[in-house]
Amino acid sequence: MSRAAILTVGAALLAVLVAVSLSRSPASAPAQAKVLKAGAFDPALPAPAFALPGSAGSEVTLASYRGKVVLLTFGFTYCATVCPTTLSTLAQAKRTLGAAGDAVQVIFVTVDPERDDAVHMRDYLAAFDPSFLGATGTPEALAAMRKAYGVTAEKHGTGSDYVMGHTSSIFLIDKGGKLRGLMPFGREPADFAHDITLLLAEPVA
Amino acid sequence: MRWRALALAAALVLLGGLGWAAFAPLPAVSREQLYEIPPGTSVRRLSGENLDILPHTIQLTLGRNDVLALRNKDAAPHIFGPTLIMPGQTFRLPFSMASTYNFLCSAHADGQLNIIVEPAPAPGWQRLRWRWRQLKGTV
Repeated sequence: MSRAAILTVGAALLAVLVAVSLSRSPASAPAQAKVLKAGAFDPALPAPAFALPGSAGSEVTLASYRGKVVLLTFGFTYCATVCPTTLSTLAQAKRTLGAAGDAVQVIFVTVDPERDDAVHMRDYLAAFDPSFLGATGTPEALAAMRKAYGVTAEKHGTGSDYVMGHTSSIFLIDKGGKLRGLMPFGREPADFAHDITLLLAEPVA
Repeated sequence: MRWRALALAAALVLLGGLGWAAFAPLPAVSREQLYEIPPGTSVRRLSGENLDILPHTIQLTLGRNDVLALRNKDAAPHIFGPTLIMPGQTFRLPFSMASTYNFLCSAHADGQLNIIVEPAPAPGWQRLRWRWRQLKGTV
C-alpha cells in the first residue's frame, strides 16, 4: 500500500473517531424533570367551571375539588373501547400513587345523557374505582360544558345501538383549579402518575 | 506529487464531512415544531376566507422536533389540533414514542389531524440519510 493511501485511511479513521466522540456529547438538553408528559397550556388559565348532577347523588362542581388534582374526561358508559381503556388507565395510575392517589379526583362527564343517568354511571364507574365520579345533565348543559372545553361529541347510528364519537383526551386540572394539561388518549398509567405527582407537589396558587 | 497532495486533502475533507454527517449529534435548539394562529384569523374566517394553518399531516422526529407547539395569537379562542387554545396561549404537546397519532381536529375538512412521530435516526447510516433528506428538503 502506498504511503498516500495509508495516510488517507489513517486520516479518515481519525475523522470518524472525532465525529463519534462528538456524537457522544449530549444530543440535546436533558429532558426537564418538571415538564408534564401531557400537552401543557402556557399560560395556565382557570378551567371552565361546571355544576352538573353527579353519580354520587349530589351536584358535581369543579370548585369543590380545590386542593385536589382533577382528571376530567368525556365519554359514555356504552363505549366499547376508548372509555373503558381510559378509565382503566386512570384507575391504575391512581393505584400506583398509593395514599397520594386520595388527592386525585376523576370526573367522567357523559356525552350520552339519554342512556347515562346518575345511577347507571355510578354502577359503571365503581367497576373501575369507587372514587370515580360521573356527571350527567341536560343535553344543553352538557353541550355548553363541551363547548367550554373544546370537546366534540357526535351521534353515529340510529335505534338503541347508536354510538357516540367523542374527544378522547383527558384534561388535567391542578389543585388551584387551573387547566394545566391535556393527555391524549393511549398514554400509559405511568405518564399520568408522573404528571399527577408533579401537580400534587405544587403549592396551591 | 502536488496533485496527489490535493487529492489527499479533498479525500480527507470528504471523509471528514461524511463522518460528521453520520455521527454528529442532531441539532436541537428548541425541540419545538411551532404552528401559530396569526392575529385576525377569526375575522378572516368569518368573512368566508378558507385558512389552512395546520397541515393535515405533521411529521416529527424524536430528539429533534418532538414537541408540537400550537400558539394562538388571535383575539378569539380556536380549536387547533387536539385542543381549544385561548387567545395568547400556547399548547405544547411532547412525544416520546414513535408512532402515528390521529386527533380529531375541526380545523380540517375531514376532522382529522395526523401526527407521524419518527424515531431518532441512529448514528451512522440512518443519521447520514436523515441529513441528506434535510439537505434535499432545504434546497
